[in-house]
Amino acid sequence: MTLPPSLERVLTGVSKPGRYTGGEWNSVSKSWDSTRVKVALAYPDSYEVGMSNLGMGILYELLNDQAGVLAERVYAPWVDMERALREAGLPLCSLETRHPLRCFDLLGFSLQYELNYTNVLTMLDLAGIPLQANQRDESWPVILAGGSCTYNPEPMADFVDLFVVGEGEEVLPELVRLYDRMRSAPGYSRTGFLRAAAAIGGVYVPSLYRVSYCGDGTVAAIDPLEPGVPARVDKRIVPVLPPAPSRPVVPFLEVVHDRVAVEIMRGCSRGCRFCQAGMVYRPVRERPVEQVLDAVERQLAHTGHEEVSLVSLSSTDYTLIRPLLTALLDQHAGKRVSVSLPSLRTDAFSVELAQLLQRTRKSGLTFAPEAGSERLRAVINKGVTADDLLATAEAAFRSGWQRIKLYFMIGLPTETDDDVLAIAGLVREVQALGRRVLGGRARLNVSVSTFIPKPHTPFQWAAMCPPGQVAARQAMLQRELHLRGVDLSWSDEATSRLEGALSRGDRRLGAVIQRAWELGARFDAWAEWFRPELWASAFAQAGLDPQFYTRRERAREEVLPWSHLSAGLSAGFLWEEYSRARLGEAGDNCRESCAGCGVRETFDLSACPVTLGADGRAE
Amino acid sequence: MTSHEVQRLRIVFAKRGSLVYISHLDLMRAWERALRRAGLPVAHTQGFNPRPRLLFAAALALGCSGRAEQLDLYLEQRIDLRSAASALLAQLPAGLDISSITEMDLTLPNLPAQVVAAEYRVTVEPAIQPAEFQQRIAALLGSTTLPRRRERPDGVRSYDLRPLVQELRFAGQEHGLQVLSTRLQADGQATGRPDELMAELGMARQVRSIERVRIVLKEEA
Repeated sequence: MTLPPSLERVLTGVSKPGRYTGGEWNSVSKSWDSTRVKVALAYPDSYEVGMSNLGMGILYELLNDQAGVLAERVYAPWVDMERALREAGLPLCSLETRHPLRCFDLLGFSLQYELNYTNVLTMLDLAGIPLQANQRDESWPVILAGGSCTYNPEPMADFVDLFVVGEGEEVLPELVRLYDRMRSAPGYSRTGFLRAAAAIGGVYVPSLYRVSYCGDGTVAAIDPLEPGVPARVDKRIVPVLPPAPSRPVVPFLEVVHDRVAVEIMRGCSRGCRFCQAGMVYRPVRERPVEQVLDAVERQLAHTGHEEVSLVSLSSTDYTLIRPLLTALLDQHAGKRVSVSLPSLRTDAFSVELAQLLQRTRKSGLTFAPEAGSERLRAVINKGVTADDLLATAEAAFRSGWQRIKLYFMIGLPTETDDDVLAIAGLVREVQALGRRVLGGRARLNVSVSTFIPKPHTPFQWAAMCPPGQVAARQAMLQRELHLRGVDLSWSDEATSRLEGALSRGDRRLGAVIQRAWELGARFDAWAEWFRPELWASAFAQAGLDPQFYTRRERAREEVLPWSHLSAGLSAGFLWEEYSRARLGEAGDNCRESCAGCGVRETFDLSACPVTLGADGRAE
Repeated sequence: MTSHEVQRLRIVFAKRGSLVYISHLDLMRAWERALRRAGLPVAHTQGFNPRPRLLFAAALALGCSGRAEQLDLYLEQRIDLRSAASALLAQLPAGLDISSITEMDLTLPNLPAQVVAAEYRVTVEPAIQPAEFQQRIAALLGSTTLPRRRERPDGVRSYDLRPLVQELRFAGQEHGLQVLSTRLQADGQATGRPDELMAELGMARQVRSIERVRIVLKEEA
């Protein structure tokens, strides 16, 4: 495809111009003029990050498979490209047919990370689209957003017309059909469409709700503005996982996850109390073995990739993981295809599985005990013991792995200095073990992130650990783990604070996001671009204190900014889990006994979790 | 060390359109993936991380198009050229176009080792009169040395551009653009860069396109 000369002139002056040229294998360019509904799928981060997102790939293929609908992609232009587009007076365009974003009917953003929010504004602005939803009339695209951030989308409510809460595979086609029908009928209005859309399960239209506040800044109430608008929006799920995509787009550039990725299971049964994904992606649904094998086969044939990743929140828990891997390796042995399995549990079985995969290619081994002490692991319901970790590490070292990665968090509720010292103790033990087995070759990568309480988790009421204390505990670990063969990394404090404020923020943060963006905030998720001082000014100018969102323990009665949205969990379950956490009581694994989270009742499921029988089919 | 190689194919192809903006590394990956999709029995290097045996004549700078790029492909099973071509054509992304596939003697030296020069066609916006353009060319060709400094990731390197310029001429106008034709040394010793040449002519900012039209091999030179 030849590019317009105006774009060519811009591309010669920017880094990695291949981010903006499209034309990748399996990208789909449908006829613009003869397609009725035009959807742009936007990812507010770099091409390399956005192209690695599984959900975008699923929705892209699903929409393009429908007659009368086209879906095209667009990613956030890197800072140099934004400048170049502005200087040249060029609008932001889709990758496929290069139409300006304002020409699309629906523009859907994938919101997976709070620190991408300012990039949404950049993309709207570069498209010439008014930022504020209430400034847009029928001549502008309808702005949608989905993804894990929509479990509390309030900070983005000013800018987005409609949020999809939960899984998009059914909702998005329903929205497209509704739009198609209404747009061609006489008297179409944007508000009419949004009102009708609000009746679809999983759709949240923020402009149809009024948020009022108490004197202390907490939310007093969130009320529907009209009859017929649901007081509570339940997330949508697909009770049965639809088949995985067949023809993922093959990037020319090296992207973050450059491989075939097939989702083997959605949801997680472990119930870790800090983990938003584990709570909001319930119920557990395993994909039948033959479907996984079939998807891998198709994707390999259509992409030419040589690496397969089996994706889920906890791959070791997939009931038939060993038969699946054996079948996969048998089918692709000798074809130089390697298989990787992220999210391994900390146990000997996982090492055994990893060993099985060694036949293809040696990859790293990562385990996540998350907390250092037994007590704190019970608080967060991470059912791993020190013995588990040591036995697993020993098995790994003995099987030939020289480098193991360990993930921990600090700043967890009820954490004391002793819990943090226990991390150091555990790491020392693993290191000593490694040296015993392998000598000086054993290496540990220890990654310590800062805990951020997330909506719809048992810790949604908890205060974040004070910044000074986090810094002191980071310093403590640096001191204790200044050891040969141990590489320690930790997360940036200011970045965690901002993520903390945005993830549990209310609608008033819209003004903060816009102000920070106006002041120049871009790519906040990237250390080289993140400028916390801009955010500090933006908070101050909006008259808001970020600590109000991060540092405050919420009472049970408080109306949380996301309390009108439901992940299908019962109101009592999360609080009960929070109470048990504070008592140091571990929770349940719902494969063993139902934890009573309420998701089964919300969605009236006949089976929960959906696991596989010996024949590889869902039971 | 490589796996058993029984056939060597030289593929001449064009890289153009939007593919001009992908790097050499990206291009290599695109070929590897197209070959896998086509199901060709590509030989691989041995060792812990086997790589497909695919040798490109010379890397093409990002931003340049190539009219007749070359690569050698080594196979572990013999295939019929016609069926190889049709399998491959069905799997190449837009912007990669094969113009010929020829079987080469396996014992010939490696393709990159045979490259001696490359010919380029550069289009520029007409900021100066053709006469002045020709004067600048004559002045450049008349000089004995053209010392230049080039910034590279590992620091600044000084070199002499003049001996690398084997041919240089004004090739007229086309679609309102001036066209320049040049042949630059490209071998194991040194590689002349067309963008450096344009900078030396004081026309770096006027360049509209650079196309490598031919890669010159030893036996042809």
